[in-house]
Amino acid sequence: MGMQKVAVVGAGMTKFVRRAQETAKELTWEAAHMALESCEMTMDDIEAVCFGTAPDAFDGVHLNGEYVSDGAGAWRKPYMRSYVGGGTGVFVPIQGWYHIASGLFDVVMVVAEEKMSSYYPHAQAAFMTIFDHTTERPLKPNLLWIFAMEMNRYMTTYGISKADIAQVAVQHKRNAADHPCALLGDKDITLQDILNSEVLAWPVQRLDVSPVSDGAVAVILAAEHIAKRITDKPVWIEGVGWHLDTSYWTNRELAYPRYVEYAARMAYDMAGIKEPRKEINIAEPYDPFDYKALHHLEGLQLAERGKAAELYSDGTASRSGNMPICPSGGLLGVGNPIAAAGLMKIAELFWQLRGEAGARQVPGQPRRGVAQAWGDLMQVGTVVVMGK
Amino acid sequence: MTLLQRDPKAPASWQGELPVTNRYTYGLAGEKFFRTIKDEGHILGTHCPHCDHTYVPAAAFCERCLRKLDEWVDVGTIGDVVTYTFLYVSLDGSPLEKPEIVAFIRFGDGGLIHRLGEIEPDQVEIGLMVEAVFKPKSKRIGSILDIKHFSPVKI
Amino acid sequence: MTAKIKEFPGISLSEQDFTDGKILFNFDKLNGIYAWDTGVGIGSYLASLKAGVILGSHCPNCRKIVVPPRTFCEFCYRPMDEFVPLNDSGTVNTFSLCYVTWDVKRIKQPEIPAVIDIDGASPLHGIMHMLGEIDPKKVKIGMRVKAVWKPAEERQGSINDILYFKPIKEV
Repeated sequence: MGMQKVAVVGAGMTKFVRRAQETAKELTWEAAHMALESCEMTMDDIEAVCFGTAPDAFDGVHLNGEYVSDGAGAWRKPYMRSYVGGGTGVFVPIQGWYHIASGLFDVVMVVAEEKMSSYYPHAQAAFMTIFDHTTERPLKPNLLWIFAMEMNRYMTTYGISKADIAQVAVQHKRNAADHPCALLGDKDITLQDILNSEVLAWPVQRLDVSPVSDGAVAVILAAEHIAKRITDKPVWIEGVGWHLDTSYWTNRELAYPRYVEYAARMAYDMAGIKEPRKEINIAEPYDPFDYKALHHLEGLQLAERGKAAELYSDGTASRSGNMPICPSGGLLGVGNPIAAAGLMKIAELFWQLRGEAGARQVPGQPRRGVAQAWGDLMQVGTVVVMGK
Repeated sequence: MTLLQRDPKAPASWQGELPVTNRYTYGLAGEKFFRTIKDEGHILGTHCPHCDHTYVPAAAFCERCLRKLDEWVDVGTIGDVVTYTFLYVSLDGSPLEKPEIVAFIRFGDGGLIHRLGEIEPDQVEIGLMVEAVFKPKSKRIGSILDIKHFSPVKI
Repeated sequence: MTAKIKEFPGISLSEQDFTDGKILFNFDKLNGIYAWDTGVGIGSYLASLKAGVILGSHCPNCRKIVVPPRTFCEFCYRPMDEFVPLNDSGTVNTFSLCYVTWDVKRIKQPEIPAVIDIDGASPLHGIMHMLGEIDPKKVKIGMRVKAVWKPAEERQGSINDILYFKPIKEV
């Protein structure tokens, strides 16, 4: 197709913590520095920088992307910032991907960062900006409403119970106990713990939600001829997809994420995948809430509509199952710094496909993985397929 | 009716507010930089030996080569005025009795933006050497305002 | 890589670190004050709400009727040709029982936000609003509800001119 092949050759990340001492610039630098060290490169080798960070409202800084750009090594380099809400984490590597695929650059640093703890006293209030200012904010809405209402519709449409959904939180938090950067990893958490937690906005309970966090992740992308020189285990980006749905979230069928399906189809077509359930070895769907992982798995065509919970109950989704889901522990276990969380999944697939994921390693030499993120008022779907 | 005509009964605008409160940590480098201003009345920078560049305010990493910075340097409290301006109007648009003088004062390879004080406007010029005037130690909290202003060096 | 790396960067602080003065920090407050232009679509929507009517708009190409009204069809990318008054009743598409306010305070009696598909609009087209005059335990998806309006002289041309939607007692 005339495009250069692109591989991920290095990755780094900070711990995901509730409130970090580092400033946003320092967090970004820690991740970028680590990514460079992981493949023994320096800033001289990097030709362009792509950066993702979420609403400027969290930091109270205008043009936050540019303000934090020094930490990403953007000094005197071509630089782009992208922001599509939570979808940024998987969107910014796509942006980095087309920088190289187009032939314009050969080596790109991709960084995503979030410091939500600056917003005082609680970052949730900043999410008021997600609602329409004239027709919705006068009702004094709360971010939880959207998720609770979508979860309710999903549960009612397909007859799924809270216990079915809570399995996801249990598995992800247990997986995260093996992730050194995780905020909420817990080897011993049980289904009852989730179901007994405080009801925030029924049906959402406290342990169904991923926590506000600070953190940064960075990966290094390289064109084929350079990737082969740097490492003998490059992980190729085989397919990318991104898609947007109607901006009126009340004019949409909330039980099924069409925007994820279309983004997934775009990525699968590019990767030459005809039967995703057979050809994908690891799935990292975006899981800010436990039901969202199920919702997205159906959009990713990895489960029939309404049936994603069965992947958890029959063991397919566990690390030793046929198609491990979120071996990293996902957002529920590791944490949710809005823009960085998706890139954490990309870094996870990078380490998994190279056999370097330590205690979280999926056995059996996995060949292909898919990472997905979602953003804004549930309308942005971004998908990346990686393989070796 | 064509759709692009406004309904005369429609309210022209909808008003709202977005209060944003932030609590910023100073970070790894900022912590030491501001503690030194607070406790010792000194200004510090960090030096990158690879690029031979001294960052003021102190930075944790070099933005040019992305290396970690461990070399702390006392850059003194005297710097030269690189550029300046006189403010005749305050933030909300009301006129100021006396113009405020704001300047960029060089320290190391960077510098600080701050006010100039104890000086008349017609005495300000680029290249003027100015010195930091600190608040009394008991009043310092670890803020850029612990420096009251910069004033011409007394010869 | 994670198998080889021993130490990940990132220093975690607790609230106590701030109150104890272990680290330095500063507060900053900004206030964004806005006057958003209501535009043609939403302006007409608000004017109709003041008159006690929910307004939608119609696309001559795909024949959808959407709410809130807009001047162009998002799906066909063509101008919508007319505004259409809709019924002030609808069906509950989804809802939640929320025990936390927008600024993270706990409340005893839950607020009940809902997405209500408005009668007269195309299927699955609705608006977000609140439910009232109902026992939280009895709310169901698929319930039929009707708007409860503020008295005409108190309406200002705002989404709050509808106080909430309450269940219709079907015979």
